[in-house]
Amino acid sequence: MAFLDYFRRQPKSASLAKDRLSVIVARERVGTRSGPNYLPQLQQELLAVLAKYERIDLQQVSVNLDRSGDCDVLELNVYLPAAESVRISPAKPLDN
Amino acid sequence: MSKVVVVTSGKGGVGKTTTTANIAAGIAQRGHKTVAIDFDVGLRNLDLVLGCERRVVYDFVNVIKGEAKLNVALIRDKRVENLHVLPASQTRDKDALEPEGVGKVIEELKSMGFEYIICDSPAGIEKGAQMAMYFADEAIVVANPEVSSVRDSDRMLGLLAAKTSRAEVGGTPIKSQLLLTRYSPAMVKKGEMLSVGDVLDILGIPLLGVIPESKAVLQSSNKGAPAILDESTDVAQAYLDVVYRFLGEDREHRFVEDTKRGIFRRLFG
Repeated sequence: MAFLDYFRRQPKSASLAKDRLSVIVARERVGTRSGPNYLPQLQQELLAVLAKYERIDLQQVSVNLDRSGDCDVLELNVYLPAAESVRISPAKPLDN
Repeated sequence: MSKVVVVTSGKGGVGKTTTTANIAAGIAQRGHKTVAIDFDVGLRNLDLVLGCERRVVYDFVNVIKGEAKLNVALIRDKRVENLHVLPASQTRDKDALEPEGVGKVIEELKSMGFEYIICDSPAGIEKGAQMAMYFADEAIVVANPEVSSVRDSDRMLGLLAAKTSRAEVGGTPIKSQLLLTRYSPAMVKKGEMLSVGDVLDILGIPLLGVIPESKAVLQSSNKGAPAILDESTDVAQAYLDVVYRFLGEDREHRFVEDTKRGIFRRLFG
């Protein structure tokens, strides 16, 4: 019966909640809870520089601030039009 | 040695006042002189939940403004010897709570020998919430396993790290712990509710305890008697565990697993 399959294949609502929270909390923490204050500005400026060299679709950009041991690591993922992914990380971890 | 503890959440209705009442009562029962302060400005709740609403004469703002002495405004709980309450003001003046005035009251409470000063924060991030956390040494962040509550709690953690006296002078950070309330292991098992693990992954702070969803909470506020005073309920047991853990003892986390109810328990239990 097709409608039973529909119910079975729906992702459980709790896992949807967790995914949504992970994204929104990480985004809202940039510049507040764990990040330095200049991060939102830095993010905008980096994107502006990239946009000079490539036609970037802003939907295909993700910015993440992670902790790696004692350091904060800013990770910027940009999907270029030719479906190539360029990972840009700072040469040094940010001081914290 | 006095400890100032803020009970905060961001989101309203998740159990801050219930938690303040139960934890303050539990700590007082274990022999520590404890005061619970209602930091709301305009909406008084702690007095109702603790059943002392008819004995409120003076409030927090009266004391700050010098209109009443602190020892006259404090209400002694009739059931728990070491428990005292400082009720909130019903004023609509949002500037009534200021760091200097609040700080003086807290210092006076410490000089009166209070070992634990539990600050019941209002919801939101306005003056009452800011002042409730300002002088805190420790924080109990109350959250429901629900998206708005968790997001708001994360925001509060940010404020605790930045907008408090300790943060401003660069002292040791406030010790923040999570209290997850209204937890339903059955719903978690079905994938319909965020689990303890999920919330801990997102917030990244230590777990103080889990309080199960229970009818006992409404009944205790109906009666004006914190649930912890009747040790037979699940909520009372959960809050007792929290009190022991808060005071430094190890307790296993109960009320997290779904205990399968067989047919006989369902019929007769």
